[in-house]
Amino acid sequence: MVTYLSDAGTRAALLDRLLEHVYLSLVPLVVSVVLAIVLGLLCHRFRPVNATLIALSNVLYTIPSLALFAIIPALIGTRVLDPVNVISALTLYTTALLVRPVAEALDAVPSHVTAAATAMGFRPWRRFLTVELPLAVPVLAAGVRVGSVSNISLVSVGALIGTGGLGTLFTDGFQQRYLAPIIVGIVLTLVLALVVDLLLVLLRNRLTPWVLVGKP
Amino acid sequence: MIFAEAFAWLVDPANWSGGKSIPVRVGVHLLFCVGAVLGAALVAVPLGLFVGHTGRGSVVLVGGSNALRALPTLGLVTFLYLITGGGTVGVLIALIVLAVPPILAGTYAGIQDVDRGVVDAARGMGMTGTQRLWRVEVPNALPLLIGGLRNAMLQVVATASVAAYVGIETLGRPLLDGVRVLDYAQFVGGAILIALLAVALDAVLAGVGRLVVPAGVRLSARAGRTRSSRMQSRRRKSPVPVESGGSPA
Amino acid sequence: MKRTLAVIVAAATLVVSACGSKEDLGGTGQEAASGEVVVGSADFTENKILAEIYAGALKATGAKVSVRAGIGARELVVKALQDKSLGVVPEYTGNLLNYFDKTNTTTEAEAVYAALKSKTPQGLEVLEKSDAEDKDVLVVTKATADGGVKSIADLGSGKYVLGAAGEWQQRWEAKIKDLYGVTFTEIKTTDAGGPITVDALKNGTVQVINLYTTSADIKANGFVELEDPKTMYPAQNIVPLLRSDAVDAKGKEALDKVSAALTTENLADLVKQVDVDKKTVANVAAEFLKTVSL
Repeated sequence: MVTYLSDAGTRAALLDRLLEHVYLSLVPLVVSVVLAIVLGLLCHRFRPVNATLIALSNVLYTIPSLALFAIIPALIGTRVLDPVNVISALTLYTTALLVRPVAEALDAVPSHVTAAATAMGFRPWRRFLTVELPLAVPVLAAGVRVGSVSNISLVSVGALIGTGGLGTLFTDGFQQRYLAPIIVGIVLTLVLALVVDLLLVLLRNRLTPWVLVGKP
Repeated sequence: MIFAEAFAWLVDPANWSGGKSIPVRVGVHLLFCVGAVLGAALVAVPLGLFVGHTGRGSVVLVGGSNALRALPTLGLVTFLYLITGGGTVGVLIALIVLAVPPILAGTYAGIQDVDRGVVDAARGMGMTGTQRLWRVEVPNALPLLIGGLRNAMLQVVATASVAAYVGIETLGRPLLDGVRVLDYAQFVGGAILIALLAVALDAVLAGVGRLVVPAGVRLSARAGRTRSSRMQSRRRKSPVPVESGGSPA
Repeated sequence: MKRTLAVIVAAATLVVSACGSKEDLGGTGQEAASGEVVVGSADFTENKILAEIYAGALKATGAKVSVRAGIGARELVVKALQDKSLGVVPEYTGNLLNYFDKTNTTTEAEAVYAALKSKTPQGLEVLEKSDAEDKDVLVVTKATADGGVKSIADLGSGKYVLGAAGEWQQRWEAKIKDLYGVTFTEIKTTDAGGPITVDALKNGTVQVINLYTTSADIKANGFVELEDPKTMYPAQNIVPLLRSDAVDAKGKEALDKVSAALTTENLADLVKQVDVDKKTVANVAAEFLKTVSL
């Protein structure tokens, strides 16, 4: 393990892998938060949309990620090695994960709160952005935390099609029968997941100061 | 076009006989999945019951199961292969690791979700802690517990395909072979089989749920749902994020 | 505790922002625009080393180069060359020819190379072939060999189980039957000469496996290579396959020099350094390039 990490070239390569991993896992997260808010709003306003989306996301969950990574080029015409394939697949999974909680959180905003905001002269859009959406943040944040952890662990599967971030360490180490890169890959994945989770908690606390104030 | 090719692959008689045939792979896939979910349930259900009932260790439970979720399955499978010198044990352990968090979350949330009033009533009737757990909390927790099992099964069925990488003949085989050489018919066919298996197992677990959940609980759960949506307030105040799903690998 | 937290957060922010500013993370596919050459490789050690060597040689000519390693099998790699995700890949004359020309029967090195040059599709080209060769080879354990199996012809019909990568069946099942009358009770899919294949032979799940002549596993485990008197497996000289517009004249010259410097022996030694001595692919490639005068 020490021998493995003592090489400067290896450490530089590890950093590249780590950055690629961050890129491949977090871009889908950000995109799907936006998508989930839009779709969640649609679900909240129009019931039939809700049922359709939930059915779709259930079907999506039964498709193995490796298959989704590989079929996207044939469906949307991207190139076979484009990172966009992994990014789009993870975006689909994460959006599916987030839509339902967002819709439920919006449903759960007490009607007297929205009524008060309307009475104060808030137009619907402003009311949505400044009242309903912030109140949905705690639930959204819980979903985003699960999404970030599962994206970070899923990106590795992309190594089987040549776009895997830290996952490459698993396939390389396996072919060499060398545990060091595999262990380093697992540890870096865990640390990355932990750090991102911490950042998300900090971000959530910044966005929802009232929750902390309310606590004894 | 792709789906027509995949369908042709699915019905090709050559894929229905011999050691690498679809039925054999479905069988192997099924064994690993059912084994993993059972194994995970043996660990996660008692743990979830304990923490949910006593309220002790919930922070450790949440942290621990999040860490488990972050463990990359491919890394775990390759690591365990090199350690144990074979794929079977490693894949089973990796799938158990994957299945534990959703079952744990389902069990724990199920117990937490039981109306405090009901538990207090049971206490008032003179029930002991153990009696309250088995006669009140567990029956009431069953819907969410089964939900946890279903989530775990969905993820495990999709992820068991990774086992093919270490030479195990699951349905991941056509998936992996097809992806390596861009044989769409093969890997889309494989993916369809995996999806069908997932749907079938989910239906079986849903059926089991209908059999074991007491009628009274089903009614009150339904009533609870309508009530909570009418009151437009979230009933549950459990500190655990209730999403027990992750994405399939 | 608070300080540690602050450090972690700062570090993470750095990582995230560094990522945001880095436009090209190992081949986002914008190669044509930026003039970058992307060297790709299939998913086995030797090919990864060769890709790294090609990349080093191209870099020495002043080109901007990146490497995409471990992509999959030939079908996927060639597709990636054609859709411009890749510029160059290390290839093997015989199998590449069989891929471009499914009806090919040529097996001798020069003839294979000549045929390959004429069969390579428009837009792609192969450079000079190297003397270095890495052929497919069927191997058995010493015990099986001692029991009288020395040549592919001795495998008989329906006696043994074979372990090989997923694509072996499509490529060779019919041919081995035609040439030698050999059939297997089962062809198990393992991997491309990696641990799964080798372990399957060692633990007896299969009795014959498909490896590559440069593999370090053959010597390490005392496996015996089966003779191929009717040359079922064609010559497999190492050759760079590239998209014609991806590499300039200087680059092509550098790759020719690499091919000239490679021999079957030094290639096998490079593979051993990675698979057995656990050196990194990058270091092994860099060491090798020092011995080549570019």
